[in-house]
Order: sequence, then structure tokens, then C-alpha cells
Amino acid sequence: MISLVEVQETNKMIREMNLDVRTITMGISLMDCAHTDLSVFNQKIYDKITKSAEKLVKTGEDLEKQFGVPIVNKRISVTPISIAAGSLNTDSYVPVAETLDKAAKEVGVNFIGGFSALVQKGCTTGDRKLIESIPEALAVTERVCSSVNVGSSRSGINMDAVKLMGDIIRQTAERTADRDSIGCAKLVVFCNAVEDNPFMAGAFHGVGERECVINVGVSGPGVVKRALEEVKGRDFETLCETIKRTAFKVTRVGQLVAQEASKRLGVPFGIIDLSLAPTPLIGDSIAEIFQVMGLEEAGAPGTTAALAILNDNVKKGGVMASSYVGGLSGAFIPVSEDHGMIQAVQRGALTLEKLEAMTCVCSVGLDMIAIPGDTSKETISGIIADEAAIGMVNNKTTAVRLIPVIGKGVGEMVEFGGLLGYAPIMPVNSFNCADFIDRGGRIPAPIHSFKN
Amino acid sequence: MKGIITVLGKDKVGIIAKVCTYLAERNVNILDISQTIVQDYFNMMMIVDISQAAKSTEVLVEELQHIGEEIGVEIKLQHEDIFNIMHRI
Repeated sequence: MISLVEVQETNKMIREMNLDVRTITMGISLMDCAHTDLSVFNQKIYDKITKSAEKLVKTGEDLEKQFGVPIVNKRISVTPISIAAGSLNTDSYVPVAETLDKAAKEVGVNFIGGFSALVQKGCTTGDRKLIESIPEALAVTERVCSSVNVGSSRSGINMDAVKLMGDIIRQTAERTADRDSIGCAKLVVFCNAVEDNPFMAGAFHGVGERECVINVGVSGPGVVKRALEEVKGRDFETLCETIKRTAFKVTRVGQLVAQEASKRLGVPFGIIDLSLAPTPLIGDSIAEIFQVMGLEEAGAPGTTAALAILNDNVKKGGVMASSYVGGLSGAFIPVSEDHGMIQAVQRGALTLEKLEAMTCVCSVGLDMIAIPGDTSKETISGIIADEAAIGMVNNKTTAVRLIPVIGKGVGEMVEFGGLLGYAPIMPVNSFNCADFIDRGGRIPAPIHSFKN
Repeated sequence: MKGIITVLGKDKVGIIAKVCTYLAERNVNILDISQTIVQDYFNMMMIVDISQAAKSTEVLVEELQHIGEEIGVEIKLQHEDIFNIMHRI
């Protein structure tokens, strides 16, 4: 029998603590759309996307009403375009990005991910064309997200791609300079990218996935924070137990929505991604969780340990709640999307180097960090290489989403709007690494990669 | 299919009457009611059967919300599964 207390608890989590289903992402394979002719290819992918996702937004809205839990985003991820468009006879993939954008607008989703390439071991002709199309593609489209996987624990790091991406990020920033270089907010560079990730900008529909699939991302930093307030001052065992229990409850909600969405859409359910992803709202911040844990600001000594505790226990709670947990599950630490992190940067508590250390234990990496517009492409490549190395050596996913804001310098603010938030520009170590990056080639995989 | 209705707000005459009348007119059967009043605040939970309802759940949710706005309380109707799944293994 459902009790009044339980009903109140659930509704309090939704109303006061910002519990939400962050995203329902429909993954769609575009493998069968391959064609040599650009206009035929575009027509095929447009038709397939709009047909498969026809009812996605409406179903999300219905579920939102029925269960009374907000479902913030409805999104689509597609097969990495560099693969689906491999046989295409064209020099530029920008028209493909425009088609994706049009399809996303038609079905009403706010982002479509998959303008992507997987080049951890090397680039095909198609991969190279795709990567070179990114700056223009992100400038002329609104909802398209792009990602490039440059390394993995099994194959090492493709340093040619790392070098190229430094340049691509700069070009993307310049192409969208009039809008605070927002193009870069839709571009992620990965190491060990997962193929079932429902979170943008890094989402794409993996090549090992089925035809069409529903993945759900749940989030509730506010819920975790409030739960921890109840056990303030208690020992670490209690702290961990509390996070675990809360993550369990949050994930169960995602599981329900995912199963129901999959049933109504007639599309198989893929995974639940149980991430604590912040929003710019007060009370929905990872940095605030650190403060409740006992740190003055995010970035204070102890922050890496606090993040490790948070990440591990979120996973432990979530794994019990759903059999298919995947994606990037864990705690996200984007700067611009978390008002507590923004405050920590402004107060000088949080630096890029501390963030890098924290990425060893978080679920992604250097995320949504605004840097000075005059940062060189080699420096950006150097940061990507560092972050990819952390992922490669530690068998984890890492990512870089840096925004060199053209025309702005350290301390100035940038506003991206909506869930992307706002951020102060952080200083970057500007000592030269050009000779290192210019070497090119590939960093071999670490010794422990050799398992078979 | 069962739904859970929660009503929260400052206590006044006729809240239950208004909600019950609405439900009766839409052929929604009330299975259980529990209610508390804490310092003038009215707090009610109803378990209802919506499988025979004359309207879709989405419409019921919206209309109940409007009734709540009219009388100055918050009325929510949610599918019972969200509570079951969160609190029962």
C-alpha cells in the first residue's frame, strides 16, 4: 500500500529538489541510408529520422503529465555520420548537418547528436572530411551536436587527430564569434567514448547498437544535496549510504519512464544513464553537494576525494535500480552549467588544473569551460592530449568541451543561454607545447590494454 | 489503472466536495482517502481507479490542476507506478 509519507517524499523531490528525467534520447541507425549521391543520402536520413522520431516529443510530454515528473529534453542520436556517409561523393558534409538540423526541427527535439567520427586509431577519408566540415556545420546549424573520439585504452591516442581538433575548435570558435563562440559548446572530443550515451553534445548511436533504441538520462543533484543535508557531520559510511539510497530512487524513476516510453513508441529500451548532471539553477548543482559534504568551495583540498565518493556511490545505487545502466553514469562537472562551479571559479577556488585532477574520478572530463579567445590551437591540443591520456591510462571515458571565446579574456563572462548556462573565462597555462603536438602520429596503447 | 491524487494548500470549506464531484462526473472511482491538517494546511491523498474514466489521464491531470487553481490549492494526479517503483524493490 502506498503511504502518504512516500507520496509526499516523491513529490517533494520533484517539486523542491529539481528531480527530473533529464533526457529521453532516441538512437537511430543510419547505416541503411548509405548512398553515393548527396541528395539521395540526405533525403533518406531525413525520412528515416522524421519517421522514427515522429511521436517522440508527444510521448515524452504525455509521460511527463501522467507521472508528474518533468522530462526536460527529448533528443535524437544517430550513427556517426562519418560512417553512415562513408561512401558519399562529396567534399563537404555540411549539407548533411543541415539535413540533420532540419529533421530535428521537424520532430521538435532540441538537439541531434552524431555529427561524429571515431578516429582513435586512424582517419578514413570520410572521417577527415567530416572533421574538416565541423566548424561550418556548427556555425550554420542550430541543433546539431558533434563529437570526435581521438583515443581509447585499446588503441592509444591518435595525436594527428588531437592536433587537428585543436585547430577545429579554434575555427569553430571563430565561425561563431558573434555568439560568444557557442559552436564549441556543441563539440566534444572524447577518449573511450561510449556508444550508448544519451547526453549531448557527445551522444551518437553506436555501431554495435540495434536499429532504433530509447535511452534515458536521469538527474538529481538537488535531491542528493538535500539528502546529504540530513546527515551533516556524520561519518563517511553514512555519507556513502545516503548517496547510494538516493541514487537508487532517482534511477528507479528513470527506469519507469524509459520502460513506458519504449512500450509506447514500440522501440526497445537501451540503457539508463544515472548521471548527476547539474543545471544553472540554484539547488541543482554538483558544487553545492561538495559544500554540503564539508568543503568551503568546489576546488578546495578534498574536492577530488569528494567527487570520487559521489561518483562511486551514484553508480552503486543506480546499478541496483536498473539492470541496464550505461552511458556516462556518474557525476558531471561542467563549469558553465553549474552555478556553484561558476562561483568557485570567480572566487579563485577552482582552476583548470584542479578540474583536470577531478576528471580522473568524474564521469566525463573538462566540460563547458570558457577559455581566453587568444588561446593557441596547440595549447588546446595539449589540453586534449592530457585529458585523453587520463582516459586512456585509467580505462575510463574522458572528454574535452572547451570554448575559446573569441575577443574575450580572463575574468570576462560569457552567456550561452538555457541549459548551457554562463561562465567566467578561466586562465590557461600558456607555456608552449607546440613542438610536442607537432610530432604527430599515435601514442601507443598502455601495457594493460593487452587483454584478450 | 490506479492514480494518486494529492491536494495541498490552505484549508477551507469544500475542497473534498469539489474534487469528489469532479471525479464522480468523470467516472473515476475513489478507493482510499487519507487526510491530515497541519497548522491550517490541508494535505490529502486519494487513491483512485482511472481505468474506467471518461477522459484520458492527461486531460484529468490538466482539469484537476485547473480546479486547484480556482480554489487556491495544488492538485496533482499521478500514475501510481511512480511511487511504487521508487519505494518498493
